Amino acid sequence: MMAASLSLPFTRGLRRLFGNRAILFGAIILAVVLLAALLAPWIAPYAPNKLSIANKLKPPSFAHVFGTDEFGRDIFSRAIFAGRISLLVSLGVVCISTVIGVLLGVTAGFFRRLDAPISRLLDAMMSFPDILLAIALVAALGPSLSTVILALGITYAPRLARIVRGSTLVLRELPYIEAAVAMGLPTWQILTRHILLNLASPILVQASFVFASAMLAEASLSFLGVGVSTDMPTWGTMLASGREYMNNAPWLMVFPGLAIVFSVLALQLLGDGLRDLVDPRLAKET
Amino acid sequence: MIATDAATRPVLSVEKLTTSFKMAEGWRAVIRDIDLTVNAGETVAIVGESGSGKSVTALSAMRLLPPGQARCEGRILLEGRDLLQASDAEMRTVRGGVIGMIFQEPMTSLNPVFTIGNQVAEALVLHRDLSWKAAEAEALRLMERVRIPAAKSRLNEYPHKFSGGMRQRVMIAMALACRPKLLIADEPTTALDVTVQAEILHLLRELQREENMGVLFITHDMGVVAEVADRTVVMFRGDVVETGPTPEIFAAPKAIYTKSLLASIPRLGTMGDTAAPRRFPEVDPTTGEAVEGRAMQPVPAGSAPILTVENLSVRFALPQGQIHAVEDVSFDLRPGETLSLVGESGCGKSTTGRAILRLVNPSAGSVVIDGQDVAKAGSHAMRAMRRTSQMIFQDPFASLNPRITIGAAIAEPMLAHGLVGRGQAKDRVAHLLEQVGLSSAIAGRYPHEFSGGQRQRISIARALALEPKFIVADEAVSALDVSVKAQVSNLLLDLQEKHRLAYLFISHDMAVVERVSHRVAVMFLGEIVEIGPRGAIFDNPQHPYTRRLISAVPVPDPARLGQSNPPLGEEIRSPLRPHGYVPPKRSYREISPGHFVQEAIGTQA
Repeated sequence: MMAASLSLPFTRGLRRLFGNRAILFGAIILAVVLLAALLAPWIAPYAPNKLSIANKLKPPSFAHVFGTDEFGRDIFSRAIFAGRISLLVSLGVVCISTVIGVLLGVTAGFFRRLDAPISRLLDAMMSFPDILLAIALVAALGPSLSTVILALGITYAPRLARIVRGSTLVLRELPYIEAAVAMGLPTWQILTRHILLNLASPILVQASFVFASAMLAEASLSFLGVGVSTDMPTWGTMLASGREYMNNAPWLMVFPGLAIVFSVLALQLLGDGLRDLVDPRLAKET
Repeated sequence: MIATDAATRPVLSVEKLTTSFKMAEGWRAVIRDIDLTVNAGETVAIVGESGSGKSVTALSAMRLLPPGQARCEGRILLEGRDLLQASDAEMRTVRGGVIGMIFQEPMTSLNPVFTIGNQVAEALVLHRDLSWKAAEAEALRLMERVRIPAAKSRLNEYPHKFSGGMRQRVMIAMALACRPKLLIADEPTTALDVTVQAEILHLLRELQREENMGVLFITHDMGVVAEVADRTVVMFRGDVVETGPTPEIFAAPKAIYTKSLLASIPRLGTMGDTAAPRRFPEVDPTTGEAVEGRAMQPVPAGSAPILTVENLSVRFALPQGQIHAVEDVSFDLRPGETLSLVGESGCGKSTTGRAILRLVNPSAGSVVIDGQDVAKAGSHAMRAMRRTSQMIFQDPFASLNPRITIGAAIAEPMLAHGLVGRGQAKDRVAHLLEQVGLSSAIAGRYPHEFSGGQRQRISIARALALEPKFIVADEAVSALDVSVKAQVSNLLLDLQEKHRLAYLFISHDMAVVERVSHRVAVMFLGEIVEIGPRGAIFDNPQHPYTRRLISAVPVPDPARLGQSNPPLGEEIRSPLRPHGYVPPKRSYREISPGHFVQEAIGTQA
């Protein structure tokens, strides 16, 4: 009891953080994946694009822990190099779609007059299949890593905007928002302090879904030939090209697949834990 | 079974009931060693403040608590059969069969997509094995039993056409469908207006006599207890502190808690001749003795009004017409004065308060605050107005942002208006918290760590931060327990005296209004029907609606048990008018100095 009252807010935050095992688990996985991707040139035993036809379609062994693909390239090396692109794309897409989505959603939800035009725009965007919209945008901007990120970011923005708009509509009717208006707070302050803080949970949850979707969408774009250029492996392209050998060489798909699963899982655990962490009501008194 | 046997044997007898909830640290008893009996034809009230365990007791008796999360020990005998030993299948026939139950919230307890008749008949088909045809006939009979006017045509209507009081009648009809031996009523009138409450209580009493049911009545309102209960069980923090015949409990309470509870209830007609408000009695929790509060200062005559409202109207457009929420309302308010706006739900009293602060835009009329007309003010003038006038909201759980510490919440308006710098803000917050009776050390905590009364004090501190001249208090004490209600009202009175604050006190609680107001305005369907000094309104009410409102307030005096006999009121009238409707011009008659009554239409000269 004494210790709790004496501890600084920061240390109390840390204790809350590590008291929750799911969030710790998520953080460790994500740290491993990120480190592997960052340190890929030093960790990878082979160059990601080194061909070795003699070793093609080898199952996992000591020489090739994840096996080799149809051109004899080391899957482990490719997987950690691919992580660089895949994670960059997903995180980029999450950032862009969150910024656009939150801006549009809060504006539509808070200012009644702008609701109809913004909502119709979102409806129009969502009426296109995701991939079709992304292809159109990439085609218009010219294919490259940054255009893929931008195109997917725009494509997924309406998903966030919808959720944010709905939550804002609920929030703006709450007495504490009305109280803020009655006290004469400037509108920007009401939006940032009162609305945005309380939107943290739905945004975090929705963003972790977008993260997973973006990873798969990037694979689809690559598969269709409008993605990131083909000489850079991504988890999505590895998955797509491994599909042909699914029956006799499943490791081509299993390892990039697991990489996607673990990163998404890690992010969702982290997102879930963060949601609890930013909510003072769920804070455990120590 | 012999009839006389049934009359003497208790319908429900609870022996040594202890209910525990599963918590992180293990099982924790929420109610301990509860003993109570309900005989046939008898009403037993369980009364207590929030958290006293009165609802848990009722839910335990119905075995409605989630099995893994809660466990009951002791015995619950329903006509001699122990319900704690009964199987789940047996309990299903008991619930809705032998025991009927009605709940607090009538607005959400009916399914909106089925007709009323259909829903009542369904219960009959389920529990009494009637054919649909027979069930519909029986449903009609039940609707007539609960005195729903024009029951035959209303059977085919959907719930949205029923007012709260009528819905509660339907719920009672459904509870009665299987001729229960015991009716459990959990705060059945708390969400209803006083006049409707009086009707429902009257109905329940009549039905009980006709059916010879036992009724277990759960309430927080001592006035309601006095009106309905033969015997009373007082609960406090999970324990029964006192039980006995209602007249004895009221006349000679034994437990200290009962004494302090009775002492803190606001009662109508305790004001005598004082023109000014009077503080609520201070109750010493260790002895239960009460000291009558002192009278506050009257408003000095001749001071200029801080607020002048003239011909204020607020209308909301709907496809089928216009809601005339506020219609031609005029009044003024002077520094240090409290004007109460009273009336039932939907009468436009809250909308009036919100229109004055421009939280909704008025359709017509003028609002002059401190010499400035704010009804049409631009954003610059509005900002100045936001400093002089503040609002306190009803729900202390929703009016504070859960993610901001209370210190930051109180400092926020001062910083936004540039009253203080960041450095001084902390001292100001500490000072404000101490003014409302809280410790300055709590500034770093979040709202969820506080009780309802403490949160309302925090809201008051926040409202005072800008040193306003007048405050709209919208049902500011209505959601609080009686003892806390008295304390917070006293705090408001003290602050008024200290800072010469003007209050627009919006409330449906007539007893509190009588205590805290200098003047009272009664609203009905968006219009002020009577306005005047407090004494004139309460001692000499002129308008029929004012009289009805005052006479419907439950009086905490069991000598009046079963005496009041309210006539069935008309179905709620709606302020929805067709497009292009021009409201009639109202005129007011002055009865005594400052006491104005709206003339009935047709009697105008």
